[in-house]
Amino acid sequence: MQFLADNFGLLWDAFLTTLSLSLLAGLLALVLGTLLAAARVSPIPPLRGLATFYVEVFRNTPLTVVFFFMIFGLPQIDFILGFFTGAVLSLGLYTAAFVGEAIRSGINAVSAGQAEASRAIGLTFGQSLREVVLPQAFRTVIPPLGNVFIAMVKNSSIAAGFATSELSSLLPRLVNADAGQLTAVLLGVVIAYMLITLPLAFGVHRLERRVAILR
Amino acid sequence: MRITRYAASLAAAGFLLTACGGSEAGNQAEEATENTAEVAEEVEFEAGTTMAELNEAGSITIGTKFDQPGFGLLNPNTEEPEGFDVEIAKIVAAKLGIAAEDIEWVETVSANREPFLQNGQVDMVVATYTINDARKQLIDFAGPYYEAGQDIMVAEGNPGGIEGPEDLAGKNVCSVEGSTPAQNIRDNYPEATLTLFDVYSKCADALAAGQVDAVTTDNVILTGLVAGSDGGFELVGNPFTTEPYGIGVTLGDTEFRNFINDVLEESFEDGSWAEAWDRTAGDISGTEAPEPPSVDRY
Repeated sequence: MQFLADNFGLLWDAFLTTLSLSLLAGLLALVLGTLLAAARVSPIPPLRGLATFYVEVFRNTPLTVVFFFMIFGLPQIDFILGFFTGAVLSLGLYTAAFVGEAIRSGINAVSAGQAEASRAIGLTFGQSLREVVLPQAFRTVIPPLGNVFIAMVKNSSIAAGFATSELSSLLPRLVNADAGQLTAVLLGVVIAYMLITLPLAFGVHRLERRVAILR
Repeated sequence: MRITRYAASLAAAGFLLTACGGSEAGNQAEEATENTAEVAEEVEFEAGTTMAELNEAGSITIGTKFDQPGFGLLNPNTEEPEGFDVEIAKIVAAKLGIAAEDIEWVETVSANREPFLQNGQVDMVVATYTINDARKQLIDFAGPYYEAGQDIMVAEGNPGGIEGPEDLAGKNVCSVEGSTPAQNIRDNYPEATLTLFDVYSKCADALAAGQVDAVTTDNVILTGLVAGSDGGFELVGNPFTTEPYGIGVTLGDTEFRNFINDVLEESFEDGSWAEAWDRTAGDISGTEAPEPPSVDRY
């Protein structure tokens, strides 16, 4: 434990990196995921096709490959991203596919009568989605979205292999400094991750109960 | 609907294939080096020693690196590692009466060598393993069998004019997380910006793409990367540390350590050490075998 206290500065920096990476990627995933879900239920076929294409690309590609493409593939065509930016984009774009699918399942759970009724009173597709369908859809998909975001926080550890010094990159670094402290280092890193994921899980649970609707 | 779905998936797969086609696979497989170390047949070891146990079992598990050209690089064709470390390990195994094909190779990376030895997952580690005092608290070292030094690799023509570690100030320098060279830069050259990957091959990719200005680690590792770059990289050639490479064994196994030290000294004298160098690291870098270091029986 003394070892962890000695290296608290390192742990704190890495914790902040993981936290900011997760927040930024999570925001990107939420926005893009919502747009994807909307596109996939839209009445415009090319938009549906494009969204389906996106989801199938990112959902069926290992995250490590996405990172590799972003960090080493893009420079081949002279498009160089910063390492942290590359990590945010990789994680956000990848997670958006899962967020989109979760939200789409929520949209499908809203009874068709709701959408029909809102069209009947003269709302456009966009309006009915925004004002009627999505608010109800989000309520139903809070638990699966929580899962997606918790998985995303843990997935952020892949950035360690791509020049982002986040929490799990501390494992090799501190273990190399003193291999005798392996258990302490593991424990420290796990606790740091839980400081992000447990409040997230708790928040999701609270939110779920708060917005629950009786059907 | 169904057809669109399939079409989208197929298009997705195609997109990925083209996207990944751009990065070249650094295939540096070489022809299998034949092992010339003669396997000792009638060897007797005192009962109860590690040597006797290994000799009895007829096999040994050895940890080495799988990603370092010249020292320990997995040959994808034979699925066996090749390099100077591997040859040194074969010499030791041969003296235990164990043939090269009875060696079980386990990949060790910088961060898992001590745990593997402590848990008994490997019998010994020959993996560009720098001897230092912190590690001696956890495991014991035979050797050194080679002395490397930390150096710097830059792009062809050295556009940044980097001649030594002092010139790294304000530059973006790449190394591997959890390695001694990375820690050295952190401690002694804090003005440099460190970019850390998990393997050196990614550092080479980043240097090629211009994402970093330099790569730093032990010169022998850099030599392998320079050799594989077709002139894209060059070595600064100004080593600024001394990294004695040792063979890691379980803490307190003095008999095994002494045995390995004897084998190493013998190989220094009978020329098998220099031969191993010429076939592996020397072949890649085009350098003559250096003077063997003197074994440190601490």
